[in-house]
Amino acid sequence: MEAVLLQVLAGLATGGIYASLALALVMIYQATHLVNFAQGEMAMFATYIAWSLVNAGVGYWPAFLLTVLIAFVLGVLIERVVIRPVENAPVLAVVVVFIGLLVILNSVAGWIFTYTIKSFPSPFPPALGIRYMSPHQVGALLVTLIVLALLYLFFRFTPLGLAMRAAAQNPVSSRLVGIRVGWMLALGWGLAAAVGAVAGMMVAPIVYLDPNMMSGILLYAFAAALLGGIDSPGGAVVGGLVVGVLENLLGAFVIGNELKLVVALVLIVGVLLVRPSGFFGSVQVSRV
Amino acid sequence: MSKKLVTVTILLIVLACVLPLVLTNYRTFQATLVLVYAIALLGLNILTGYNGQISLGHGAFYAIGAYAAAMLMDQAGMPYWATIPIAGAVCLVIGFLFGLPALRLEGLYLALATFALAVSMPPILKAHFLEKWTGGVQGIVIVKPDPPAWLAAAGVKLSADQWLYYFVLAIAIVLFIAGWNLISGRVGRALVAIRDHHTAAEAMGINSAIYKSLAFGVSAMYTGIAGALGAIAVQFVAPDSFTVFLSITFLVGIVVGGLASLSGALHGALFIQFVPNIADELSKAAPWAVFGVFLIGFVYLMPTGVAGALRALTRRRSSGKLLHPKEALP
Repeated sequence: MEAVLLQVLAGLATGGIYASLALALVMIYQATHLVNFAQGEMAMFATYIAWSLVNAGVGYWPAFLLTVLIAFVLGVLIERVVIRPVENAPVLAVVVVFIGLLVILNSVAGWIFTYTIKSFPSPFPPALGIRYMSPHQVGALLVTLIVLALLYLFFRFTPLGLAMRAAAQNPVSSRLVGIRVGWMLALGWGLAAAVGAVAGMMVAPIVYLDPNMMSGILLYAFAAALLGGIDSPGGAVVGGLVVGVLENLLGAFVIGNELKLVVALVLIVGVLLVRPSGFFGSVQVSRV
Repeated sequence: MSKKLVTVTILLIVLACVLPLVLTNYRTFQATLVLVYAIALLGLNILTGYNGQISLGHGAFYAIGAYAAAMLMDQAGMPYWATIPIAGAVCLVIGFLFGLPALRLEGLYLALATFALAVSMPPILKAHFLEKWTGGVQGIVIVKPDPPAWLAAAGVKLSADQWLYYFVLAIAIVLFIAGWNLISGRVGRALVAIRDHHTAAEAMGINSAIYKSLAFGVSAMYTGIAGALGAIAVQFVAPDSFTVFLSITFLVGIVVGGLASLSGALHGALFIQFVPNIADELSKAAPWAVFGVFLIGFVYLMPTGVAGALRALTRRRSSGKLLHPKEALP
């Protein structure tokens, strides 16, 4: 029983990280109806920036905040420069651009920082640990919850958040009431990149830092986003936690750790087949 | 097929036949890989280019073909040539089965599902309970086939590399002719119709479920055969040669070569074989940076790829005037 509890709690900690990345995916999906395949690599790149800052002698938390800021700016830039031209292009073109972005970020990170695996510091004091969870697990879960709360407050209570939601939901009408829809999309990308950066910095002490560290995480985030409903932010969070726990339990007791990634594959294909809108997503109906 | 196209094709085949006689063994090996990639890209192009189903997971089918060939040679002691049709058949069935659920997935979601397949392929190949057959992390080493005895008896002396090149070339020619027949006939028109307007195609009486899953099966079969040939050429299979980046390499190949174009498969194969070699001298990461830049660049500037650009160029020269960009599309 204790072993199960241990796995569930560990699952919640990693699940929180999947939830953040899934939330980043959902934010971009809501605004543009696209799934960003480069989300994981964007987070990986931001984590390298944080690593460089920490190595240059900046304290962890200043480096953390600075990284989130840089990631935000990079996200806005990517939307403006790379994604803008294919906004109304066919799906294949957009997917190809995303994959191109993934590959470029991955190789540039490898180029600058080499492919050697690096360790990444965890900022949480040992006192944070409880009986069944390491300090980093508790800390990561806390940070995730804080990020989620901040996002909720931002979208629910600020005029800018309202404008962004409006732009995502009904671009034409939003334009008519004076919202700059293009910039709202760019801001959405920036926010998604910032949230992804937090996820990257939280997961790096666990999986270690290397240019390919996010490929598995991204897969779990896909599964989480789909499970919760790709257009539902709340669903993404629940999905992330469920996927984290499920992955840990199955990995520990049923299929073994090496096949954990297959759980994500089965979940993704399964959800898409059985219930494409996930648990909380809205059902898409299209006229022909 | 126009007369000019026939001439060009025959010239190409003659050139391909002479090539290994003037090249070193290593270059011949590289040319063999180009042919292998061309077959794989043709497979992916049937699915993504002609039928519009996006696959980011064809590396997985390539891996299945490669492992099928390697396992049959290593464990069952089969001759290398007998493993090719079996690898193709296995991939046909698996591709068809994967194509069935894929029917319900449009565009983006299919890309997601196949991406997941590609990412989870190496862990499956490494899995403990399959280790008896797959060799786990170590993979399987196979022996390069020697030229058959009857060839030596007839007085033709070929090195192992040269023989393998001709073997792959023969299969590639057969597969390209079969692919051309498939694409230019009734089936090909149905595939394109489904891609361009799904509902209208169904209204015309095309059974899109059958055609789409069949396209998936045939596409996987081509890629699987390429995988088997690739494994024999490289003499080695291991899980880490079949990561998601292999699938992305194939995507680069069809985007650069030209979507929905048979000759595009060849252009793309040349690109993915030789450009990384050149870029490699800069840095280990450079090939991928180049691939990424080319991917995005082609989508912006040359959406019909090299094949489309060549087509537009020859047409312009023969008609003597500029074409409207729309006419240049396939």
